[in-house]
Amino acid sequence: MDLNYSPEELAFRDEVRAWLNANLPDDLRRKVAEYQELTREDLLAWHRILAKKGWVAPAWPKEWGGTGWNVVERYIFEEECGYAGTPPLIPFGLSMCAPVLLRFGSEAQKKRFLPRIYNGDDFWCQGYSEPGSGSDLASLKTKAVRQGDHYVVNGQKTWTTLAHYADWIFCLVRTDSGAAKRQEGISFLLFDMKTPGITVRPLILMDGGHEVNEVFFDDVKVPVENLVFEEGKGWTVAKYLLGHERMGTGRIGGSKRELAKLKEFAAEQMQNGRPLIEDLRFRDKLSRVEIELAALEITNLRFLDRMRRTGQPPGADVSMLKIKGTEIQQALSELMMQAVGPLAQPFKPANGGDGFDFFTASLAPRYCNMRKTTIYAGSNEIQRNIISKMTLGL
Amino acid sequence: MNFDYSEEQQLLADSIRRFVAKDYDFEARKKIVASRQGASEEVWKTFAEMGLLGIPFAPEQGGFGGGATDLMSAMEAIGEGLVVEPFLATVGLAAQLVARGGSEAQKKAILPAVIEGRLKMAFAHTENGARYDLAHVSASAKKAGSVWLLDGEKRVVLGAPLADKLVVSARTSGRAAEPQGISLFLVDRAAAGVGLRPYATLDEMRAADVTLKGVEVGADALVGREGGALALIEEVVDFATALVCAEAIGAMKQANDATLEYLKTRKQFGVPIGTFQALQHRMVDMVIAAEQARSMAYLACAKVDGEKDARERARLVSAAKVKIADACRHVSQESIQLHGGMGMTEELKVSHTFRRLTMITQQFGDAEHHLTRFAALDRS
Repeated sequence: MDLNYSPEELAFRDEVRAWLNANLPDDLRRKVAEYQELTREDLLAWHRILAKKGWVAPAWPKEWGGTGWNVVERYIFEEECGYAGTPPLIPFGLSMCAPVLLRFGSEAQKKRFLPRIYNGDDFWCQGYSEPGSGSDLASLKTKAVRQGDHYVVNGQKTWTTLAHYADWIFCLVRTDSGAAKRQEGISFLLFDMKTPGITVRPLILMDGGHEVNEVFFDDVKVPVENLVFEEGKGWTVAKYLLGHERMGTGRIGGSKRELAKLKEFAAEQMQNGRPLIEDLRFRDKLSRVEIELAALEITNLRFLDRMRRTGQPPGADVSMLKIKGTEIQQALSELMMQAVGPLAQPFKPANGGDGFDFFTASLAPRYCNMRKTTIYAGSNEIQRNIISKMTLGL
Repeated sequence: MNFDYSEEQQLLADSIRRFVAKDYDFEARKKIVASRQGASEEVWKTFAEMGLLGIPFAPEQGGFGGGATDLMSAMEAIGEGLVVEPFLATVGLAAQLVARGGSEAQKKAILPAVIEGRLKMAFAHTENGARYDLAHVSASAKKAGSVWLLDGEKRVVLGAPLADKLVVSARTSGRAAEPQGISLFLVDRAAAGVGLRPYATLDEMRAADVTLKGVEVGADALVGREGGALALIEEVVDFATALVCAEAIGAMKQANDATLEYLKTRKQFGVPIGTFQALQHRMVDMVIAAEQARSMAYLACAKVDGEKDARERARLVSAAKVKIADACRHVSQESIQLHGGMGMTEELKVSHTFRRLTMITQQFGDAEHHLTRFAALDRS
């Protein structure tokens, strides 16, 4: 039994850490640390820095630009990015559309899309959820009808993250509404977002941020060559993607950074003449999160170690990481907000913002925003269903 | 990074697990618990033959030279089987004090006998009003010529009714909660002036309150440095805490396995109750709590074995005990609730597991105690 990384893994971690420290631009580091909204250009700037280094798509096959790292090295890289506070790599192209194309796409599709995803030429988004199809995804209704060498698409997607930045969208659409099972008759289609008939409408979240959108399709013509895999086999593709979840789901690195920041911050806040961090009630809450995070890090490493030894995909383990990881992220954001007490109330300056404390004012919106984590990417209740079925056999 | 048990650890775990399954099942355990002694000489002999009693002792004494990580899988099996033998009291606590703080002569006189199963021990430390403060010792040891005279009262001395020898903490100077001035002494349980009030604990082990009235021991009974025992006591209690964390993992596994089995077999409204989502999600949360606790038990065992910095060791053992205590409470309470009325009865093993898990939450410090210690030792 050895809970530590090997000397080689430590050397790799140090190499990644040093490189990130030297190459993460200060303005991006600051924006992430201060919970500011990242623009399309911010996201792409970081994407391109990594692409130039050759680290933007570690999990891809080497011939397409992958690094050849094993699962542990990929995990270390993701956690170091979180710990350093880099902008996120938007997963829709790199770790969702690309793995699908690599597994199911035609040679022509791979050649057309993969290099552009790698280089950040195309910004992708994901068209899964619909107003009536959230956790119950297979009930989706967006319809695609074959007409000659096109599909004509009508319907609506929702919660479409960063659709307003996107050049392309991959969608699950219904190509056969008469199929015996509703999982059949679904197809996986790629659309150019500039195609006539696509309308993107922002959904502003309660923190005032614009991340998600509604996307409307009104007689959108999608060339048949943009169908991935076979018509009617889209559910197979979607399921493959679910099993392709990354081991970085727990977001340990990012939470470690947030925890360190919270400790520093709580030491600066005064309560009854003493630093807030010395208040036992506050400190107990903080300590419990710290301990839960320490446990999750080891749990994550245990799962990785098992994956490396058995070669088996992580399965329901990822669900556990998602549940605990998001609970920790939420708890940290809540404690950050509680740390400033009544000063959590200011939200937006009414004129100019001279002397306005933007960082303190970002903490309550951040708390609001983080409520999403237990809802998105399969709500934590859906994750419990998965564990219940796959691990416990209930 | 490697979370596998070594071959030796696995073999030991397998043999203990086989032993528990075959010779220490729920019925056999019931008989042992109901016996006059409340423990089994025969089982103790088997433990010695298996080599279990020698694992955390040096090869010079006939031991295996291992640590808490080597005992972890065995402790899990002990937890799963709700073994009531005084393993923790002897091997995890009292004999550890001798092994880590004793003179060569003391080690030679005691450790081989412990390893061979001929000598059982107990650590008489806790006193009224001490709660979890290890420095709170008011029992006294006074020099009288070439001997020491011990006086005082000790509470809940685990394994004392079964022990041949006690390690007793007493003050050679200072006042109750002072870190300096605490010393350790080897005392025969049968020595004149040693009085025992024995009882069964809620988790069906044997313990006693011990009174010391002018108990005379020789100069050679002092274990370690006069007045400087606190660091040793902290080290050994951290070691025992790590072992209890591993034991808790096994006990939680029993509770979770039994509950899952019950959800699959118990039918209401014409279907297994495990088909109800309200119960499924609670079962999942129990499993997650046990997994997170397991990670922290690994951490605690690794730290008591390998961490040179005593402060860091203590901090992380406390972190583990917080998680273990929270998880024990969660898993035990839910296991009873999900069993319904049957879980309340003595007839099911899970109610006995509940009792052990409940006592573990407070053994060597509850979650609140360890939260405070964890925060106090933070350097960042």
